This record gives sequence, structure tokens and C-alpha cells, in this order.
Amino acid sequence: MKEPIQKVLRFIAIELAAYAVLAVAYFCLVLRFLGPWLAELFHEQRVYYVVACVLLMFGQAIGLERLVTGLSYIIRGGKK
Amino acid sequence: MFFPISGVHINPFLLAILGLVIGILGGFFGVGGSFLSGPSLFSLGMPYNFVVGTDLIHIVGKSIVAARQHRILGHIDLKLAAVMVIGTLVGSETGVDAIEALKRSGEVNLVVGLTAITVFTVIAIFGGWESWQALRKSAATTDDPDSPKADVLVFDRLAKFFQRLPLAPRISLKQSGILKISIWSIVLVSFVGGFFSGFLGGGAGYIRMPAMVYLLGIPTHIAVGTDLFEIIISAGYGSIRHAMNGNVDILVALVMHTGAAVGAQLGARLTQYFSGPWIRLAFAPLPLLGAIMVAIALITGHHS
Repeated sequence: MKEPIQKVLRFIAIELAAYAVLAVAYFCLVLRFLGPWLAELFHEQRVYYVVACVLLMFGQAIGLERLVTGLSYIIRGGKK
Repeated sequence: MFFPISGVHINPFLLAILGLVIGILGGFFGVGGSFLSGPSLFSLGMPYNFVVGTDLIHIVGKSIVAARQHRILGHIDLKLAAVMVIGTLVGSETGVDAIEALKRSGEVNLVVGLTAITVFTVIAIFGGWESWQALRKSAATTDDPDSPKADVLVFDRLAKFFQRLPLAPRISLKQSGILKISIWSIVLVSFVGGFFSGFLGGGAGYIRMPAMVYLLGIPTHIAVGTDLFEIIISAGYGSIRHAMNGNVDILVALVMHTGAAVGAQLGARLTQYFSGPWIRLAFAPLPLLGAIMVAIALITGHHS
């Protein structure tokens, strides 16, 4: 069943705040370590770079989708 | 933050916010959002060859998230998407070939620019007029015109024509509520979308989404979801080509995608609260925005 829009917007604001904290941690940790390795692949081994690009984007898309869904589930008190 | 692949310094929070805005637009309207992200990345200092490739791979990631949400909501017609991929890929290659031919003639910027302005303006004006008429008709004939189920189409002559084309093989699209339609109608419409994707750049959702509604008669919510699913394949193909040519900065794309992933889910969820004509009416100014951006680029001589 559809929730009232005001309630949805309140949940969205809480989700965004929690998500922003996680995103900052992601910038600081993961990208710092991946950056030099990916730059090296880009210049030295283009085919592996392409494979890494596709895998990283698909992996991040699925991972973040699960994360957002999980956050939403927790914030709504176990309701899907 | 320094991005060593494209060699630019960009604030990652700006990228994430840009991704968030584009994600919401993409999830709600079923478009890639390249008309906004392309010029924005360029203005942040990224070289244009990286703008095109990086934007495409970011669109893939965002579309995966939004398409998954739309799949949960029952807004994706997989059979329709599978047929459309064929026309899109062939159309995209034809569009790229057309660009190469124009490059040789030396008139590429003017021709592409004027084509883009014309196409965007026609879509915006027609879409705005049709959805406004649909809302009025819906208010007069439906008990709850704002319900997402109330998807009235005022201009359905072209859709009826394409659905009645007697060319075999004809398939049924149960998810879209279409009993029989020729595969060739779908391929033709997706070819046009693919052609403009290759010719004008980006995922061309601004053409494909309204084309699905007005030319094939697909309900708006299904057109939005199916277009996103189709963008994963077509933009994925383009991303691989661009990555091989060294035009993709995956780090920038990943940072943008952190914003886009949450935006795409929000946009997709918000479609539940609006009827088809409302979504189409809100969509109408977007191509006009694209037309204005192209016109400014043509006038100032700032071409890609």
C-alpha cells in the first residue's frame, strides 16, 4: 500500500542524511586506495581497465542499491 | 580531490550532488540526464572527451539502480526492452556514422546543433500540449485523475497506426497492455532513438521515452521503466567503446554515482505518486532546456 507523501519525504530526508555519512567514508577510504591502481591500469593495460570499469560500476550500482534499500528498511522500522 | 585518470581537480561533493539531481530526474522520467551532466562536468574542468565517456558509464550505474526499483514496481516490459535493444544498437551505429560523414564535410556542429534544437523543441511543445490536454480529459472522465493508474493519451493516432502495421512477426506485450504489435514497429522506433543517441550523444531517453508513449502506445510508467532497462544495454555498449578509446574516468563516474544511486531510487519511488499525464507534463520542459543549452553553445561558438 502507498504511504502518504509527507511521511515518505520525511523518511527520504533521514535516509539521505545517513547515506551522506556513508558516502563520505566511501570517498575517503575506497577511492584513495583504488585511484593509483586504476590510473596505472588506464595507462598501461587498457583492456583490464575496461573490465575493471564495468565490474566496478555494476558492483557499486548493485551494492549501493542494496545499501539504500537496507537503510530504508531500517529507518522505516522493518517495513518494506 | 585530484582524479589522476583525467588529470582534473574536482570537489567530490559537487560530483555527488550533481549525481543526486541527475539520479532523481533519471528515476522519475526514465532519461539518462546527459543534457545536464555533460555541460556540468565540462564546466567543472573536465576535458570533453572524458565528459562523454564518463557520463555514459555513470548513466549505466544509475540506470541499474532505477531499473531495479521500477522492476519491483512492475514498470518494466522485458520483452519490449529485448526487441528495442536491437534497433537501438543499429541506430546508434548509424548515428555515429552520420556524425563521421558530417565531420568530413566540415558542417558537423551547425547541422547537429540545429537538428538538436529542432528535435528538442518539437518534443517539448508537443509533449507539453498533449499532456495538458490529457490532464483536462482525465479530469473530465476519471473519478481520480491524479491516480497513477489514470494514464490518458489524447494523441493516439500514431500509436494506433504503429500497432496495426500488418508486418510479421507480431508479438503481444502483456505488461504494456498491447495485444498485438509488429516487431518492426518497435525496431523502427528504437532505431530512431538509437540514431539520435549516436548523433546527438547521451542515452537519448528524452526521445525514446516519449516515442514509446506516442508512437507505440506504451503506458507512461512502463515507458519510463523499460527505457531505463534499455539504457543499461545501449549506454553499457557505448561505455565500453569509450573506455577502450581512453575516454572514461571511472573514479569520477563512481563518485557521481554515489549521489545518483540514491537519487535514482527516490525518483523511481516518486513515480507512484503521479499519473502518466503529470509525468509527461513535468518532462516537457527538459528537452527545451537541452535546446537552450545547444543554442547557447552554437551562438557562443563553444562546441564539443
